[in-house]
Amino acid sequence: MIQINIDFQKCKACEYCVSICPKHVLALGEAVNAKGYHSAEVRFAEACVGCAMCAIMCPEAAIEILKSKDKLSERSEQ
Amino acid sequence: MEGCEAIAEAAVRVGCRFFAGYPITPQTEVPEYMSRRMPEVGGVFLQGESEIAAINMVYGAAATGTYAMTSSSSIGIALKTECISYLAAAHIPAVILNFQRGGPGIGNITASQSDYWQCVKGPGSGGHRCMVFSPSTLQECVDIMGTAFERSQRDRNPVIILLDGCIGNIREAVELPDMRPAPDIDASDWCLSGCEGRSPRQLLPYFRPDPKTCAEQACAMYERWQKEDVLVFEEALADAEVVLTSYGTAGRIVNSCARRLRDTGLRVGIIRPLTLNPFPAASFSGLDPAAVKLVIDVEMTKPAQMAEDVRLALNGRIPVKSLEIPSGVLPTDEDIYEGISAILQGEGIHGI
Amino acid sequence: MEFEYIYKKPSALTSKANSYCPGCMHSTANKLIAEVLEELDMVGKTIAVFPVGCAVLSADYFLTDMTIAAHGRAPSVACDIKRCRPDKLVFAYQGDGDLSSIGMCETIHTANRGENIAVIFINNAIFGMTGGQMAPTTLVGQASTTGGKSRNPDDVGYPVKMCELINQFKAPKYIARFAMDSVPHIRDAKKGIRKAFELQLNGGGYSFVELISNCSTNWKTTPLQSLEFIREKMIPYYPLGEFRVPEEM
Repeated sequence: MIQINIDFQKCKACEYCVSICPKHVLALGEAVNAKGYHSAEVRFAEACVGCAMCAIMCPEAAIEILKSKDKLSERSEQ
Repeated sequence: MEGCEAIAEAAVRVGCRFFAGYPITPQTEVPEYMSRRMPEVGGVFLQGESEIAAINMVYGAAATGTYAMTSSSSIGIALKTECISYLAAAHIPAVILNFQRGGPGIGNITASQSDYWQCVKGPGSGGHRCMVFSPSTLQECVDIMGTAFERSQRDRNPVIILLDGCIGNIREAVELPDMRPAPDIDASDWCLSGCEGRSPRQLLPYFRPDPKTCAEQACAMYERWQKEDVLVFEEALADAEVVLTSYGTAGRIVNSCARRLRDTGLRVGIIRPLTLNPFPAASFSGLDPAAVKLVIDVEMTKPAQMAEDVRLALNGRIPVKSLEIPSGVLPTDEDIYEGISAILQGEGIHGI
Repeated sequence: MEFEYIYKKPSALTSKANSYCPGCMHSTANKLIAEVLEELDMVGKTIAVFPVGCAVLSADYFLTDMTIAAHGRAPSVACDIKRCRPDKLVFAYQGDGDLSSIGMCETIHTANRGENIAVIFINNAIFGMTGGQMAPTTLVGQASTTGGKSRNPDDVGYPVKMCELINQFKAPKYIARFAMDSVPHIRDAKKGIRKAFELQLNGGGYSFVELISNCSTNWKTTPLQSLEFIREKMIPYYPLGEFRVPEEM
């Protein structure tokens, strides 16, 4: 199981993550953060394969990716 | 010893362990000496590719807590003022020697005093000030070196020693300070050393925490200097009817002129600032207008520059006349004696 | 359920949002440097030197000892921090106006002396903070507020290629140019920064890492369009790759 944490306040909506994600997991959200940006949000978490390309592209280091250590549950999720 | 070498050796002995410089007459002997001496004491010498690079090398070295110095002449100092301003803003100490030459522009290499305004009033953009020392003799130069480094470190502010080619190239007997152990840079509580085990340190050349606090702290420091750090040579002021004032090389010549004038029966006092900033204003404001008829300011530059501070200190209570030897012309004892005599004659002042 | 990180924010950066524009690759470069410092366990043993220009904004986010140098002078400051504290990792972080215009002299001579520091060069082909003026690196045909709608080489010459220039000197040990427009390029860039830092820690000498970056604000593009500009205009003129690598690497 993959967990995607996006720092709502740090995101500046550059869309690098949205454009790079091969599984179209991410999109810009409706909500606006303190700096006035439509922060990226997770739309289809279940599609995420944990490639972390979004986090690598994110200039702000606003995305952190975690995966479950439990191999069984990971397999069953997939 | 030769002036430049004695001054450089004194700096080493009081703890200077970094020197960066650039060849410019009349101070090139300082980097030459340091290039040999620094490796002997475990220090670092580097010839900068420019005056600007050299002072920025000092900025980096001094930021690590190392006692660092650079040296140049007039136009070279003009280039360095960019970084002197940064040193003041980032609170990084450094000692800067200015062997003044005739100016403006490339001028000539004759001993001159045309950088008073540059060093005392505006050593860079931004309205900061540096403590400025103005020794006359080689002994004063080497004696002042320890104080210069100590105050620079204490205030975390750049210090300028205002010299000229005459002092730099003179040969006279001098007693050097004892060799002190190199300062322990790890004992410093502000320098950059890597933040392992503590919070990160930032030496930033802009308003921290805010412009108001920065300005107030700087002003408090300048006021402290004025109260505690003035150095001045005074002679025979108690019964003086005429007071001669000058600094540096002009001060040496004025000393001997004063003796000749006293032989004519004139009661001549001397005020010779050893710090130009803080300026020894109290020495002047303490003069009795009932006794002192005239203050004569002798400077190797025209128009006179220090004269402005003399007038401010006297606040119109005693007349001031300046003997102005144009920058780029090295005066003889006779030139100055005759110049002073002419001023006295013009004012109707004479000995018995 | 227990989780482990696939990607974690580097601890060498503060957690507050930085002041860079959306999509600005200064942020990417900061992140990569911070990741490498953490991987090498050097955060507490690093002294960073930041410059003047947009690159100075990075100073607010690194949790290392640091100072800021006057415009263009960062290499002179950095090299003598290193000479006085040889056991510390020292890097200068500079933009193209700073490094290749006002600081060209310091850049070249520090490289030529082979000072044991790393210089990280952010090349976005324009003056960023001052608002889009022509830099030495501005491309032929590129618009700027001081070079008109199109840089004219007959008038102001051609864009300076810093890696190629520094590659003329004998002393530098590692010279490389990377981009940050894609995941593979970002991975390469990080490896390059790591090589530069490791080289320094092994007493190796001068390294110069150029990172092709963007400025969507002054290029007048969206962040995503700026990626295209990098691929179509910047990389063809500024070829990526390692120009010089020490034998032991």
